[in-house]
Amino acid sequence: MDKKLAIELYRTMLRIRRVEEKVSALYPGDKIQSPIHLSTGQEAVATGVCLAMASADHIYGTYRGHALYIARGADLKKLFAELYAKDTGCARGKGGSMHLASPENGLMGCSAIVASTIPVAVGDALASKMSKAKRVAVAFFGDGAVDEGVFFESVNFALLKNLPVLFLLENNGYAIHSKVADRHKQTQLWRLGEGLGLKGRRYDGNDVFSVYAETKKAIDGLRRGGAPRLLEFMTHRWGEHVGAGSDFNESYRLKGEEKRARSNDPLPKARRALETKWKISRDVFDRWETELQSEIDAAVDFAEKSPFPRAERLWEDVFL
Amino acid sequence: MSAGGRIIKFGEALREAMFLAMEQDPAVFVMGIGVDDHKAVFGSTRGLVQKFGKARVFDIPISENALTGVAVGAALGGLKPVFIHIRCDFLYLAMDQLFNIAAKWRYMFGGQMNVPMVIRCVIGRSWGQGAQHSQNLTSFFMHVPGIKVAMPTTANEAQGLLLAAIEDPNPVVLIEHRLLYDIPGHVPERLGPIPFGRAEIRRTGKDVTLVASSYMAVEALKAAEFLESQGIDVEIVDPVSLVPLDRETIVNSVKKTGKLLVVDSGWSTCGVGAEIAALAAEKAFASLTGPVRRLGQEQTTCPVSKPLEKIFYPDAAKIAREVFDMMGRAFPDVEVGGLTTTFKGPF
Repeated sequence: MDKKLAIELYRTMLRIRRVEEKVSALYPGDKIQSPIHLSTGQEAVATGVCLAMASADHIYGTYRGHALYIARGADLKKLFAELYAKDTGCARGKGGSMHLASPENGLMGCSAIVASTIPVAVGDALASKMSKAKRVAVAFFGDGAVDEGVFFESVNFALLKNLPVLFLLENNGYAIHSKVADRHKQTQLWRLGEGLGLKGRRYDGNDVFSVYAETKKAIDGLRRGGAPRLLEFMTHRWGEHVGAGSDFNESYRLKGEEKRARSNDPLPKARRALETKWKISRDVFDRWETELQSEIDAAVDFAEKSPFPRAERLWEDVFL
Repeated sequence: MSAGGRIIKFGEALREAMFLAMEQDPAVFVMGIGVDDHKAVFGSTRGLVQKFGKARVFDIPISENALTGVAVGAALGGLKPVFIHIRCDFLYLAMDQLFNIAAKWRYMFGGQMNVPMVIRCVIGRSWGQGAQHSQNLTSFFMHVPGIKVAMPTTANEAQGLLLAAIEDPNPVVLIEHRLLYDIPGHVPERLGPIPFGRAEIRRTGKDVTLVASSYMAVEALKAAEFLESQGIDVEIVDPVSLVPLDRETIVNSVKKTGKLLVVDSGWSTCGVGAEIAALAAEKAFASLTGPVRRLGQEQTTCPVSKPLEKIFYPDAAKIAREVFDMMGRAFPDVEVGGLTTTFKGPF
């Protein structure tokens, strides 16, 4: 891991954290009138995965999609404008928080139906293979997605055709408020595809450097023609399933969970590494914060000032 | 049809169009259960795998939902999938990918992407297709915005709409009827796409407008012949394209005749015919000289037992009786010849 990459990984996580803090702060003001699903606490997974992808690779995500959008380097102004449902948003105000996309950055779309983008990523990989494009597709999904039959159907087909697709399972422990153990006998979710021939492993999802390294290894293997793989990254959802609040005190949460989650905060972990291994000084961290704040402020300002879509836009985009 | 055309069967027209599309565009590929086997989806994919190879013509696991998503992803990745279902009934399993994903991918992201994919599916009827091999899902596909829907009736429409569907930059569902496969019809010497959104007037007439699509248009034509012998002159409008729907042609016909009988090839409740009846009520009410009538499958499940199945489906005899009733005439006490569907399986 070189210094430049380590910095990029840290700054991307910081970007996600601060953007979502801003989103949370804005949310009670009702400027963002849609459900929001935050990735606070889970930043290392999206960051490590997205930075391990080549620029031409494609990723498909879920309604918890802010982190992927940011980690793929997509425009912050268009993100806030989309959250405000303005015409200048990344989906021109039609998608909102749950349906982010930035195809020019390889984020091919996020869906609010659990597991529904998994087969789409597989199809993208099929197209890559058939047209010899060398492009890898990443199906990025949560632990709820492996409850769905389409996950197994997709894995089977991907293995059958040996497609360049990475199954990326971000396990934050809950599907809404249901624990993995309440939904699965086999709680080592990475093993669920074993009977189909799917190889995979479980890793710490709060260490951005290892998320990056493991994903990079997997993607390089796929690009060389290797079989599809599944990586399961364990992480914590700090907030409620949907909304801007925290709900560590609710009955569905485990005892001591908040403490464990916060002690696994991926940001201080990465910061310590930058400080000790690469000797980044406090001034530099402060400068990054300042730069980021002004960028976020500019993005919010852009969203505030942008127009809503004109009425005719309601009927446009049904068909090309 | 112009001179110089050929007469081929509906199924053969589909096969020729599949060949042509794959020849013209290397991005086109075909998948589905049995597309590369010896039966070749009632012959409509025969020879494709030999000509274009296994990479472009392949059998699939029986995973309708995932494979629909695969088609979407392949389309987003630059290809043009044609996904074939030997029976429509299995598409219930793919509703999530069809409606939540394929139909919405363009709109949901503000028009940044589009999904050029084709679903071909076949409706079964007769020879004991029963509850789960007989269903027509057209009204489901019409209901959700974002999917084009067509039902070819003739061999020419089979080739033309399939080529148009494959060229189209949107998701298209092409619904074929098994009983049409062996019916010959004219096709042009050089095959070519037929644009969506155009209804066909199968027969002009002045007394009653019959709107019927797919195989029901064939039954309606049989009924029309009998009705003509009884002095009743019906006009038959076949929508052919359901999304987009050629409302103008339907409305103009109703305005002309003042009477509308919609013959649905599915269930009447919330069916295609209900939409067309509503259209007449909205746009041609003043011209109507009597209530709009609907005929469709009985609101029950398709049985295997022949005597029950005969009651279940609308057919030429039922259409003729309905028209007599609409005209205020008693059905004649004559043997109605040539009005019974004949088909022998197995499929």
